[in-house]
Amino acid sequence: MSRTAILFLNVFVIATCGLIYELLAGTLASYLLGDSVTQFSTCIGVYLFALGVGAWLSGFLEKSLARYFIEVELAVALLGGFSAPLLFLSFASLQFFTVVLYCVILAIGTLVGLELPLLMRILRQDMDFKHLVSRVLTFDYVGCLLASLLFPIFLVPDLGLVRTSLVFGICNAVVGLWGTWVLQSSLGRGVVFLRVRGVLVIVLLVAGIIKADQFTTWSEDQLYSDAVVYSKTSRYQRIVLTRRASGFQLWLDGNLQFSSRDEYRYHESLVHPAAMLARRPEVVLVLGGGDGLALREVLKYETVKHVTLVDLDPAMTGLSRHFPPLEELNEAAFHDNRVRVINADAMIWLEEPTHAFDLVIIDFPDPNNFSLGKLYTRRFYRQLRSCLTKDAAIAIQCTSPLEAPRSFWCIVNTLQSAGFSVRPYRVSVPSFGVWGFVLAQLQPFEVPHGCRDDLQFLNDQVMETMFKLPNDMLPMATEINRLDNQILVSYYDREWEVVR
Amino acid sequence: MGNRSGPSRSRSAADLDRRDLLASFLGVSGGVLLEGCQSRDVALPPGELVGPSVGLGHQIRDGLRPSFPEHDLQAVQIVIVGGGIAGLAAARRLYNEGIRDFVLLELEPEPGGTSRSGQSEVVAYPWGAHYVPAPTKEFPALVRLFDEVGVFEGMDAVGDPVVAEQFRCRHPEERVFYKGVWYEGLYLASGASAQDRQQLARFQAEMDRWVAWRDGLGRRAFAVPMAAGSDEPAVRALDTISMAQWLDQRGFSSPRLRWWVDYACRDDYGLRLEQTSAWAGIYYYCARVLEVGGDARPFITWPEGNGRLVRHMYSAVRSQCMLGVAATDIIPRQVEGKPVVDVLGLRAGSQQAFGYRAERVVFSAPQFLSRYLIRDYRERVPPHVSDFSYGAWAVANLTLSQVPASEGFPLAWDNVLYESPSLGYVATSYQRGLDYGPAVLTYYYPLCDDDPRTARKRLLQLDRDSWAEIALADLARAHAGFRESAERVDVMRWGHAMIQPRPGFVWGQARQLASQPYRGIHFGHSDLSGIALFEEAFFQGTRAAEEVVAALRGRVDSIL
Repeated sequence: MSRTAILFLNVFVIATCGLIYELLAGTLASYLLGDSVTQFSTCIGVYLFALGVGAWLSGFLEKSLARYFIEVELAVALLGGFSAPLLFLSFASLQFFTVVLYCVILAIGTLVGLELPLLMRILRQDMDFKHLVSRVLTFDYVGCLLASLLFPIFLVPDLGLVRTSLVFGICNAVVGLWGTWVLQSSLGRGVVFLRVRGVLVIVLLVAGIIKADQFTTWSEDQLYSDAVVYSKTSRYQRIVLTRRASGFQLWLDGNLQFSSRDEYRYHESLVHPAAMLARRPEVVLVLGGGDGLALREVLKYETVKHVTLVDLDPAMTGLSRHFPPLEELNEAAFHDNRVRVINADAMIWLEEPTHAFDLVIIDFPDPNNFSLGKLYTRRFYRQLRSCLTKDAAIAIQCTSPLEAPRSFWCIVNTLQSAGFSVRPYRVSVPSFGVWGFVLAQLQPFEVPHGCRDDLQFLNDQVMETMFKLPNDMLPMATEINRLDNQILVSYYDREWEVVR
Repeated sequence: MGNRSGPSRSRSAADLDRRDLLASFLGVSGGVLLEGCQSRDVALPPGELVGPSVGLGHQIRDGLRPSFPEHDLQAVQIVIVGGGIAGLAAARRLYNEGIRDFVLLELEPEPGGTSRSGQSEVVAYPWGAHYVPAPTKEFPALVRLFDEVGVFEGMDAVGDPVVAEQFRCRHPEERVFYKGVWYEGLYLASGASAQDRQQLARFQAEMDRWVAWRDGLGRRAFAVPMAAGSDEPAVRALDTISMAQWLDQRGFSSPRLRWWVDYACRDDYGLRLEQTSAWAGIYYYCARVLEVGGDARPFITWPEGNGRLVRHMYSAVRSQCMLGVAATDIIPRQVEGKPVVDVLGLRAGSQQAFGYRAERVVFSAPQFLSRYLIRDYRERVPPHVSDFSYGAWAVANLTLSQVPASEGFPLAWDNVLYESPSLGYVATSYQRGLDYGPAVLTYYYPLCDDDPRTARKRLLQLDRDSWAEIALADLARAHAGFRESAERVDVMRWGHAMIQPRPGFVWGQARQLASQPYRGIHFGHSDLSGIALFEEAFFQGTRAAEEVVAALRGRVDSIL
């Protein structure tokens, strides 16, 4: 390939990389800050402006153009390549995110803005100006088209944001390194040093790709169709937060826990029937529910004086307390001074409960393993009985009565076998489908009414109908889930395997 | 006791020894093990060697007989020698009969024998026996014991007690590790050929036949206690051959079936297929099942194993118990025309001698001790005594910083390694409900040599470090990062852990002869049943105590 052809190929690659960085910044900003129109507008605006700054600055460079070009390539490679990881990291402290975001866009834009003017001036020696402008701009725009098509179709869904950023950083670095050969005649001395730096940048970026699993694993990028905005492997589970235009989703070990779009349907239905049945609850226990969303509903009751939330994972409750999007969603429930958080296995904690509770909300993940299955056993519910006041009400999330009826009824029947009066009910949560709960008390009871009027979903009419089960969700006989048979886990596995 | 040994660095000079050690005890190349678990540089975690008191025991064996002035002998109605389950059951029986004038002597600083338990920061753990199949209404005395401990929550339709779920072993009950992956259950079903499955079904049909079997008196072939079972020739004939012969005669050649039955023999009796009486082998499969097609009686267990039962039985009679006290001499005499039994002994700590003059003695120690402790036996050993042979076991309790990671089926109560001579481990902290954070595993290794003396020698020649090394190397094969997570390994060496039901022993003469009282000494120990099970120890201890009550009062209302 001739020197000019190679340099045009460079234009093409540079253009692709440049637009990718811009798209990454825009996407991340709209994922993390919401309001994609504003975010994309400002990102594109700032980026184009920065391109202009770069073009203007190129006018001050007189000599050693080839050397400058390669220096710029390596700088873009580093900055662009690490832009997505950098933005993810800065997202953990949101107040700096916007500052970091626009600094990164300005810097990348300025560097990319330097690239084409420099390259055109280098190429000017090889061909006349008319053809030069025409070719360079053609390759530039074709590269942009390729980037804008690749980005949504292949890069985001298959590679993920972090890896996309690092991979295109490597592309830039390769262009720079290659340039040390293509432009060798114009470089003068110190070529070896430039090459060493080029290799070093590539090594850093490759290391970044290897370390990228700390942000998200390959499988997660395949699993979640939306951007992973937070992920962490705690001692107990993999916590992943994804974001799309409509809101946040929380995943524990790959299972959806809520979507901010419709979680109010779920959490209002979980908490308020029991809170109404408990009549002016004062001392409340929340088991599981580390996201703080059930807690948010509980705290709406002014009679509540004390809430104990027992959740296994300090990483989860910590995230809900401090991570801005979650904190906003749970209305800073963890900062309410009525709340005490205990990070413990609920079954172990129940051996020595601290209070007698008026209201208990149980929001454990679905029983897909034996450690979770034990929290749905007759033994567990019997332990629970011993820490209830006489008129206490409890509500339990029980998976889907439509998709996993045997699991659902197993939980209901097990609770009943532990001496509770039960009333199962269901509600439609678009993110989950039809979802089931059970309301229980130690003595027989009627469906409560007199719903609060400040809820988004529940009212008295809905309350009445959700306890009336349709024909495809009628009761069925099941075995009782016990510690020594864990039958629920096998029901659950069988039923959800069919669904999946 | 309690030789504390700090963490010791593995030195390259010692590596060769380690390789040989692991190779000889784990049956595979030690080098492969060392490479495989990359344990070379990980220091051996600390731990202690826990009893039993081998030193004093062997001194007595070798003739240590402190004298004690006759006029200082303390009068007591009954002396119980041995504070294992049988001795505690005897004490319990006397106590419940209103008798308080008895004393129980136990060499170890703790009661319970092989049902002893320990306590870590995480959880209590067993040092030996760790479960009991739920008793039935056929054994009311045992039902009452368990009822006192509070494990029942009512009766089923036929009147058998129902065990509350928290005292049953937690699901999943067992899993087996084979070629890198854990599988559910004990029988390795994965990859079984049609022939394997057919043989398994046929084996189960044979077991069903024995479950359904009744003699002319309506007795089951295999009952709990075993004395309630049939003694008809068809049943006794099983004792004349080994379990291996029994399988051979019926054409059971499936390797995985034979492994399963061999595991059962090692687990319950510390013997291989070839060494186990077929009676005992089949007992394992049939005694827990009341009727064909019915569920086996569930296992009752606690994190500390049968230590929970020890605690309960001991608490009632603790003021009658002397711990850390060795009986050294048991002397039946005739004093002023009355038969008495003098029991001389030694306090393990102070080496201070003492003596009792009793009307009766319950000998609840294993039979092999009778030839050293009973003066007449010492002078002329009865031939039946040497028919009793005992297996040697090592037990290790491993404290880990986290629950071990597994490939395949998740952690179960009982975790068995198909390719290991050990029995694997019981996930003690799992039974406690602890699914996260630090874990305690109890590792069992029976030494199955043909000659029990060889086994004992091999057991005792290894110190705490070596046994810890074996346990870690063995389990590291089944769990990534196992050795790195081990924080403590405590080891117990049982020289005479359990009576061995070798062919001919269960229905031979020795058991019957040894059970006969001798000049005011009444024998009650699980070895008299031929199988070392909690129920048998409880039965034999209770029976011996009832013999004593009958002898002293002329009559007894037996609860057996």
